[in-house]
Amino acid sequence: MSRIIVITSGKGGVGKTTTSAALSMGLAQRGHRTVVIDFDVGLRNLDLIMGCERRVVYDFVNVINHEANLNQALIRDKRCDNLYVLPASQTRDKEALTKEGVGRVLDELSQSYDFIVCDSPAGIEHGATMAMYYADDAVVVTNPEVSSVRDSDRMLGILSSKSRRAETNAEPIREHLLLTRYDVPRVESGEMLSVKDVQDILSLDLLGIIPESKAVLTASNAGVPVILDRESDAGQAYADAVSRYLGEEVPHRFMTAEKKGFFNRLFRG
Amino acid sequence: MGLLDYFRNSRPDGTANVAKERLQILVAHDRAARNRPSYLPQLQREILDVIRKYVDVDMSAVSVNYEQEEAHEVLEFNIILPDAIRHAT
Repeated sequence: MSRIIVITSGKGGVGKTTTSAALSMGLAQRGHRTVVIDFDVGLRNLDLIMGCERRVVYDFVNVINHEANLNQALIRDKRCDNLYVLPASQTRDKEALTKEGVGRVLDELSQSYDFIVCDSPAGIEHGATMAMYYADDAVVVTNPEVSSVRDSDRMLGILSSKSRRAETNAEPIREHLLLTRYDVPRVESGEMLSVKDVQDILSLDLLGIIPESKAVLTASNAGVPVILDRESDAGQAYADAVSRYLGEEVPHRFMTAEKKGFFNRLFRG
Repeated sequence: MGLLDYFRNSRPDGTANVAKERLQILVAHDRAARNRPSYLPQLQREILDVIRKYVDVDMSAVSVNYEQEEAHEVLEFNIILPDAIRHAT
């Protein structure tokens, strides 16, 4: 049984594509056959983050329109045999994604993959609703910032009313929160919403906290999913999130600052 | 330094609290609006039209409250009639 995971947020620039690349690579490295699909038709970027931009021949829209078959469009990752990328079209508009077409492609993929990761475009328009419609699980990527939290809440409303699972009265989509760009020093000085603040508002299962990290930009510069940078805090945080998604109990890290010296601890209680 | 820091940080005067309070209000409001049936605004307009046939009230005199509880929904209309009506009858 394959599971369809949508990576969504409402707001743009919060880390959906970074997360899609990291989670899909993480799942594939654990031995699960995984495909990651870019739903951002017209503004494709997943190929760039995955480092396969020069190998794109056919895309998702070509497959939907029967101009290519899936095997022609899927790009096998060079670092992990279990991982495939289905890029978005750069030249069409989002209306090219039809509910029937997307459903057919996902159906075909679910025959041979364990996980289908859907990288949603920002917004709540057609592309985003197509990405989440068939989902079994949702990872809501949120920054500790007012507009991102509000948009995430709106997206939760859409997940629970406009998805296939909602329309067919099936078991609801499993929703997880992934808090990204978390800046511990700023949280501790009261400048930034804390995990608890965001949880109090959204009350979702917490899949992980990804710390604000230089490693994310470094990884995207090179086209390497950040989870492959095992030395980095963000890479480790994504690896933890993958473990939690797969049902392992992993304590949350990166919620507090580095261990302090004895005197600091003494005075700060 | 540590001691000074301690006193400085014991009362964080950051803006995260403000953000949280604003969000809590906003999200509660958004959710209430989201769960309302889509026919509500039109229902409100039509009821107002009927009332206006008999009494001169304006839009702001009618408030609609929709609440969802576990097994049932409550649709509450509150119409404030102008003072003159009571004297007339």
